[in-house]
Amino acid sequence: MSTQRLVLPAVLLSTLVLAGCPKKPAPPPPAPAAPAVNQDSINRERARRDSIDAAERARRDSIAAAERVAADAAARRERMAKMMADARNLIMAPVYFEFDRAELSDAARAALDAKLPLLNANPNLRIRAAGNTDSRGSDEYNLALGQRRAAAVKRYLAQHGIDAARIDLISFGEERPAVPGESEDAWAKCRRADFEIVAGGESLVLPNQ
Amino acid sequence: MNEERGTRRRARQGWRLTTPAVSQRLTLALTLALTLLSAPRLTSAQDTTFREGVRIGLRYDPGLRPGVIVLPIAGPAGDSAVAILQRDLDYGDRVTMITGDGIRAASAAIGAGGTGSGTAGTPNYKLIASLGAAAVVRATITGSALHVALHDISARRIVQVHDFVLAGAPLSAEWRLEVHAASDEIERWITGTRGIAATRVLFVRDGQVWLTDSDGSGARPVSDRGLSLSPAWHPGGRQIAYSAFGDRGTQIVVRDLASGSARWLSATPGGLNVTPVFSPDGNTLVYAHGEDEGTDLVATPALESGAGRRITVGRGSDNVSPSFSPDGRRLAYTSGRSGHPEIYITDVDGTNADLLTPYAFGDQYYRSNPDWSPDGRVIAFQSQLNGVFQVMTINLRDRGIRQLTSEGRNEDPSWAPDGRHLVFTSTRTGTKQLFVLDVESGRSRQLTTGRAARLAAWSPDLARTLH
Repeated sequence: MSTQRLVLPAVLLSTLVLAGCPKKPAPPPPAPAAPAVNQDSINRERARRDSIDAAERARRDSIAAAERVAADAAARRERMAKMMADARNLIMAPVYFEFDRAELSDAARAALDAKLPLLNANPNLRIRAAGNTDSRGSDEYNLALGQRRAAAVKRYLAQHGIDAARIDLISFGEERPAVPGESEDAWAKCRRADFEIVAGGESLVLPNQ
Repeated sequence: MNEERGTRRRARQGWRLTTPAVSQRLTLALTLALTLLSAPRLTSAQDTTFREGVRIGLRYDPGLRPGVIVLPIAGPAGDSAVAILQRDLDYGDRVTMITGDGIRAASAAIGAGGTGSGTAGTPNYKLIASLGAAAVVRATITGSALHVALHDISARRIVQVHDFVLAGAPLSAEWRLEVHAASDEIERWITGTRGIAATRVLFVRDGQVWLTDSDGSGARPVSDRGLSLSPAWHPGGRQIAYSAFGDRGTQIVVRDLASGSARWLSATPGGLNVTPVFSPDGNTLVYAHGEDEGTDLVATPALESGAGRRITVGRGSDNVSPSFSPDGRRLAYTSGRSGHPEIYITDVDGTNADLLTPYAFGDQYYRSNPDWSPDGRVIAFQSQLNGVFQVMTINLRDRGIRQLTSEGRNEDPSWAPDGRHLVFTSTRTGTKQLFVLDVESGRSRQLTTGRAARLAAWSPDLARTLH
């Protein structure tokens, strides 16, 4: 059922395409009817039609095959894009800190450990760690605190084999809150190091799993 | 003329008030009330709360302040000039402005003359004295000059006459600054201490550095768009420095206010470069520089390129927000070396670093953003009380701490050149706005309105940048 449905429009389409193509010479008009029907001419005519049908079948098969290949490729691309997005999200996942502290918690170390395979598999990948604070402290002191948080992240990654030259640092202090508001919850989300891909993020190599 | 010469000495010694009669005191109190009611931008907020034995704010005693009347000035810009003179003298918190009926009465009593030039009838000083006035300012605008004569009511004569240059177009920013400069000199004639009206305040709004006059007028941005923080004044009043965010970090920018030209400091090209401050001689710039191992104070030539010299050795801790002592030999700054932010003092070469604010083990106090007073005696800073910042001062002699604010969150204090007024950020009206506090009387006023403002820096006396 379903193949038939697919094939019919395909035939129609190809006929239309053929008919609509102005450059292609029109099929030769049927041979003038001879007074005496010659078996040879019947055979020639049959052979001619058979060959047209065969060409048409081959055409249909190749279109279907091309469509299958394209669909597979699209699915593969989608899978790749999702894996790339996952990989990028993994690189960019923030790391969180306690109030007025720049030491890495166990959770922060785990989040950084998760980035290591990707960083190792992509030696041209260059990232920027941005230190951020909540809004409670001094605007100015928080700039230094944010810098220390970003530096703690860089030090940890370097200790685990990542070339320190691949990690840029910046501090935004309390200038770029992750979420607005003055609550323990909001503050906790603001005390973080964010990550950005500076270079080499276009085609990530995924680590062997 | 000879009157002027004869009494200059007296004016310098300070104003001698005759013993005020009870009725005079009443008049003073009344006029004070009127002044308070009529003065624009004045908030009723007085910090008079008491907590833990700390006295916050002082009582406003009008009896100690000479009454002053500014007479009307003729001409198209006259009303504006009078309004500016009155407001400036009022904001100085050293005199009591007499307004309303007092002005009309004094105007009639002085008569048509009283300008210190030409001949006119003798003013009725007795009547003016009964209004509670110790001084009357009689000014005229002639051509490009503000001609001011100051009447000493108890001495019954004119004691000062001066022509102040008015080169700017009436009501322009330059013209306003020129009138402010006249106010400051008049305040010096009357009280012996120069006023602070001819100053401006830098602050941060929407990530840009802004500038406002000391009376809150003329607020405008002076830096490029993008995130800029922590503006500071060069002591000459013509250049400013601040930190600006770029793609790779923050850089110190030195900008000329008149030309707008900006120079990006190159002593430390990467990393964190924030909280710049100029030395009192204007030759050195000190700021906080951070890379992988904490943030330390660095010194570099202020107005030319040169190498940076590290001052603090924080060993991975945060050291920011420097403020010079007036003699330029020491620096107060915020350091987290003890585990949380406290105020420290060091010699400018980095030696003799010492904890200034008291530290008790186990407390969660957070003290930061010092600003050394112009007389060198106290340092203003912010301290957390129950998780909320308040502005305080610490006396360098006995380390006594005085709490100055209590309403809302208050931070980032900066001293006016008179060492008596502070500008700081407060949330007392909801958003962050700048407020000015007279630390002697406890009187405060709101300086900015509209979108949030923070990180204020009070300029030096800008009268010297005129002409």
